[in-house]
Amino acid sequence: MPAMTMIEAINLTLRKEMERDERVICLGEDIGKNGGVFRATDGLQDLFGEDRVVDTPIAESAIVGTAVGMAARGLRPVAEIQFFGFIYEAMDQMAAQAARIRFRSGGRIRVPLVIRAPYGGGVKTPELHSDSLEGLFLHSPGLKVVMPSSPYDAKGLLTAAIRNHDPVLFLEPLKLYRAFKQEVPEQDYIVEIGKANVLKEGEDLTIITWGQTVPLVSKVAAMWESKKNVSIEIIDLRTISPIDEETILSSVQKTGRALIVHEAVKTGGPGAEISALINEKALFHLSGPIIRVASFDTPYPIASVEDAWLPNEERINRGIQEVFAH
Amino acid sequence: MWLEPNEIKVKMVQYLDENGRLISGEADITDEELVSLYKWMVQVRVFDQRALKLQRQGRIGTYAPMLGQEAAQVGSARALGKQDWIYPSYREVGACFVHGFPMKNFFLYTMGNLRGADTEGANVFPIQIIIAAQCLHAVGGAWAGKYNKENSVSVAYVGDGGTSEGDFHEALNFASVYKLPIIFFVQNNQWAISVPRTKQTASKTIAQKAVAYGMAGIQVDGNDCLAVYTTMKQALERARQGNPVLIEAVTYRQGPHTTADDPTKYRDLQELEQWMAKDPLKRMKAFIVEKGIWSEEFDQAEFTAAEQKVTEAFELALHTPKSKIEEIFEFVYEQKTNQLIEQQQAVAAEEVF
Repeated sequence: MPAMTMIEAINLTLRKEMERDERVICLGEDIGKNGGVFRATDGLQDLFGEDRVVDTPIAESAIVGTAVGMAARGLRPVAEIQFFGFIYEAMDQMAAQAARIRFRSGGRIRVPLVIRAPYGGGVKTPELHSDSLEGLFLHSPGLKVVMPSSPYDAKGLLTAAIRNHDPVLFLEPLKLYRAFKQEVPEQDYIVEIGKANVLKEGEDLTIITWGQTVPLVSKVAAMWESKKNVSIEIIDLRTISPIDEETILSSVQKTGRALIVHEAVKTGGPGAEISALINEKALFHLSGPIIRVASFDTPYPIASVEDAWLPNEERINRGIQEVFAH
Repeated sequence: MWLEPNEIKVKMVQYLDENGRLISGEADITDEELVSLYKWMVQVRVFDQRALKLQRQGRIGTYAPMLGQEAAQVGSARALGKQDWIYPSYREVGACFVHGFPMKNFFLYTMGNLRGADTEGANVFPIQIIIAAQCLHAVGGAWAGKYNKENSVSVAYVGDGGTSEGDFHEALNFASVYKLPIIFFVQNNQWAISVPRTKQTASKTIAQKAVAYGMAGIQVDGNDCLAVYTTMKQALERARQGNPVLIEAVTYRQGPHTTADDPTKYRDLQELEQWMAKDPLKRMKAFIVEKGIWSEEFDQAEFTAAEQKVTEAFELALHTPKSKIEEIFEFVYEQKTNQLIEQQQAVAAEEVF
């Protein structure tokens, strides 16, 4: 089994799915000859031609809207938005069009499309290249939102997303694209959309996180376990919409404590939804308040202060202290 | 060299003058098709007037009348083949009927019934509410049609107001870059709710915008059904070869924007009267009567038959079971999420908060 980075796993998945199903078409800005600004589609145009790996004009609304039109007529487009911060240009086509066509057509038309986009901070990008906007789409019924944290998951989840009959927003943590290698099977496998992964079992605290913050949370949790006498369960949510309630609730019912870590801004973020869920369905199992470690309620800041703005080791530490203080 | 906008020449295609006299050569069309065009216009007008009444009586919801635009809608849609696709906005229901969308289901749609979405096999995309968003779906549809070698053309219907939207621009740009089998059919009805065409764009015509995208454009008298039909036939030929086309059909919205709108607030009665003189039905009727293939007697019978069809469609809609709240959970995803299952069950058990 070859060891590969997440970006290699994504590239391999796209290749495999395009080989498997000729209805799969990739489109986006600079994805053809250039192979994508992060090289996710590297070499694919040579393999599949310009009709299936399409360089588009710079127009995010058109990329998503065209994908919607393609999907409604039987193709399975995989569109790339170059950076997730550019998605605002395509909000209508995402939330009012892709998400609703099945509903508006009374179930007659499905739009099996994938919108891939790199997201997340910590690499000192220009403005609007680092935003974590998954909460906007958690709040858009009809879409699924998937956020892998490892090469293995990226391949299994992207395969599932491409074969899914609903529109899937597939958010790739750009800081993790080449952060580490992992053994990834070349052969076909799927990681189910809508199922969270209990990354590590524990008894005293549940930490819920996803995508880019997963390695960070794992590191902090390991430090706590080695220095203090506590046992921490880590849930990698994998799918933001629909949320896997069962895994979250059964974990919190066991541990009695919950901490949520995400890069999205705090107010109205996915952490608020998860906290409300625990409140509605597991309140009396809790020994202390549910704490959120999230980014501050400002626009994504200038690069020089982004490390303090994003959830970091220190802030996650304080969050854990706060949960255990009760 | 400067490109000066006032040097661009656009000549509107017209076959019939306001009185229904043939003014430019002979049209390549059978008598049978001429009568069919007129009959469809009668049907669309009768439907429109009834829908307006039904809305006033509170029996259907908000409705966007198409009075005055019958020639543009019928002429363009009659030219299509069954394999072609329509991507309509909310004011194109006439074109949708011509292309096979059942009238009964449109009534259901306006009555808030989920069954109203069923096109019953007609190649008609769900009616678009967001202005010009459908232009991009038509682009994607045309792309899929080309990829799958369907020999079908996708037609995006949009208004003069819609041409101001970014999605309109992006759609024309994509269509031309990828040489897609697509027609952008703009019904320039002079008004976008209360804003006149002159405040929508500084272009002298909408047709000329095509040139900037590298595609062919044409302006046609949208109240001249013969001109619209003939132009659309030509456009379809071009589009099927992978040459996208922009058509500007110059017409007039004789009625309000929707049943919730009062146009006396923003436009002169005089303007309306001028356009009433160019009414599309009047013109076509005079032409076919003069040709000896239609009569006053036929006309009365046709209006009666059209009324009867609308009544039947409305009665069928009225007797269709109403949508229930439980049903809405079925169409969000291929398979219901746990959240949807829980909410649907709670609704059914009357246990929902």
